Amino acid sequence: MKEELILDRVSVRRGRMTIVDSLSLSFPANQIVALAGPNGAGKSTLLGAIAGRLAHSGSVRWGAGPLNARSVGFMPQHCCTKADLSVLQTLLLGCHEQLGFRVGEGELQQASEMLHEFGLEALARRQVGTLSGGQQQLVLLAQRLMRRPKLLILDESTCALDIRHQLTVLDILRKYVARTGALVLMAIHDLNLAARAADILLLLRAGRLMAWGTAAEVLTAENVAAIYDVEARVLATDDGPCVLPIGPRQPMKPPSPFPHEQRAVGNVHLQHRVAREHTRHMPLEALNQRQST
Amino acid sequence: MTGAVFETAHVVADYRRATARRLGAIGVGLAALLILVLVDFLTGPSGMSLFDVWSALLAGPKGDDVAAATILWQLRMPQTLMGALVGACLGIAGLQMQTILDNPLASPFTLGFSAAAGFGAALAIMFGGLVPLPGFIVVPAMAFAMTLLACALVYFVAQLRGATPEILVLAGIAVLFLFQSMQSLLQFLASPEVLQQIVFWLFGSLLKANWTSVTVTAAILAACLPFVARDCWRLTVLRLGEANASSLGLSVSALRKRSFVLVALLTAAAVSFVGTIGFVGLIAPHVARTAVGEDHRFAFPFAAIAGAIILIGASVFGKLLSPASVIPVGIITAVAGIPMLFLVIVRRGGSEIS
Repeated sequence: MKEELILDRVSVRRGRMTIVDSLSLSFPANQIVALAGPNGAGKSTLLGAIAGRLAHSGSVRWGAGPLNARSVGFMPQHCCTKADLSVLQTLLLGCHEQLGFRVGEGELQQASEMLHEFGLEALARRQVGTLSGGQQQLVLLAQRLMRRPKLLILDESTCALDIRHQLTVLDILRKYVARTGALVLMAIHDLNLAARAADILLLLRAGRLMAWGTAAEVLTAENVAAIYDVEARVLATDDGPCVLPIGPRQPMKPPSPFPHEQRAVGNVHLQHRVAREHTRHMPLEALNQRQST
Repeated sequence: MTGAVFETAHVVADYRRATARRLGAIGVGLAALLILVLVDFLTGPSGMSLFDVWSALLAGPKGDDVAAATILWQLRMPQTLMGALVGACLGIAGLQMQTILDNPLASPFTLGFSAAAGFGAALAIMFGGLVPLPGFIVVPAMAFAMTLLACALVYFVAQLRGATPEILVLAGIAVLFLFQSMQSLLQFLASPEVLQQIVFWLFGSLLKANWTSVTVTAAILAACLPFVARDCWRLTVLRLGEANASSLGLSVSALRKRSFVLVALLTAAAVSFVGTIGFVGLIAPHVARTAVGEDHRFAFPFAAIAGAIILIGASVFGKLLSPASVIPVGIITAVAGIPMLFLVIVRRGGSEIS
């Protein structure tokens, strides 16, 4: 069975509002996919639907079968806790399904290695509810990795971290993907961090996919303008593109994205090369204008 | 590499030490409970000496000294054991309730189960004569049945609207008022003699205990324990907060519904025979969390022990305070519970500020 996440016409509606609009995508495993877009674009809703936490239409599959909740690590937005549990106990709860009445050596070993990897050894005995927001974010992220998920879904899980810890976490995620061949889906606001982190970058607006590809392909001044209504300069550096926002600009007319039935595919296999070529060579604005005529 | 291995061993050893400490706390609690049980055997209006109690204990229920054997084996022992069982049931049910409602002020009675039991008992006391069964069976049976009915009502609402703490508490308040008002109606209609019986039932008292009630309560507690133990880890995960728990693959709504059915069974077992005993189910979980933390593998046994200690302590206290007419434990736990409740509130407030 091929290890990939397949979304087939996934939509999420609340009342009359369509928050995620019939997305059909497939993500081969063994990579990090970043999801960016303005507030209210539907990033969290899409991730919640994939994680099985939100009612949706359409189907979410892993390869040929359904997505098993045990192989998913999901960290919702604003994840925090006030529990009186030690950091070590909190990590162990990440794999609560497999814990026996006596906690096994294997799980303890795994938890202490995770503490070491995240640099949390000094906090092992602290109560997790007394930690700072950023420290809690690290602990809860490590807890998700304790599940050894095939699919790790992170919703703004680095937003409370300082730059050093952001880089540490990205490094840990890279190693995790390399070691286990997992798929990491992360919503992220910081475009420059996304450019560093992700193999593929998806830009969403109003519940629709506006652009996808590598950071170098997607992060253009035109795309940033079309998706965020922001004037920006994009510098090409050795480490990839670097977005320098200049200021807000007049909102564009409502975006009209690619036709819904079109199936966007990650950059590992290119079934719909034509659509990708548009993204690569044509500014999105021009594409939209062409489609609306 | 060696550094990492050393750190790992250090963390593992640390965890094992903490576990041993918690088991030690449970052991100390058990020892304290055993001592209190003996003290409870020793105290009572008849003023038996330690030697008399010891010889009656050794002689067994059919000992030569009939009076001593009857006092110890037919009166004191069932009362003490009932106290321990009721305390354990209320402690466990209270911890479950505080965890599933994520509220430190929840207790087994939050969802109106005690009011339902009270109504059932009042109903049986008033109309029990119509049923060809003795009163000591009809009254607890009706109290039990009404508790389960209250549980079914809350369950129905939770099924309809989702088992969130808000919905459960609102449904519980509705059930509480429903049964309380029906009970008031019965009290209003009752003759003075029946009214007195109803009021006496409502004061929880261990004097109503006998070997039948001990056996039934112990059987229900024993039947519930495997299900309580099964959800230890899941309830601990729920302490991380609902969003975390459900994103860790826990079906929180199902867990809540399962748990409050267990709470209803345990509460019904506890109050049907001896009446409503307040505050044990509220305080015991706090004692447990303070002593052994929020890991429910340790918190459940400790809450059970703490509940038993509180109840038997109240029983000893009641007997010492007025040897002639034993003050019902329900009254003592309620009076003693209020300062403890204040302590909980003050401590909690303090931790939020710091």
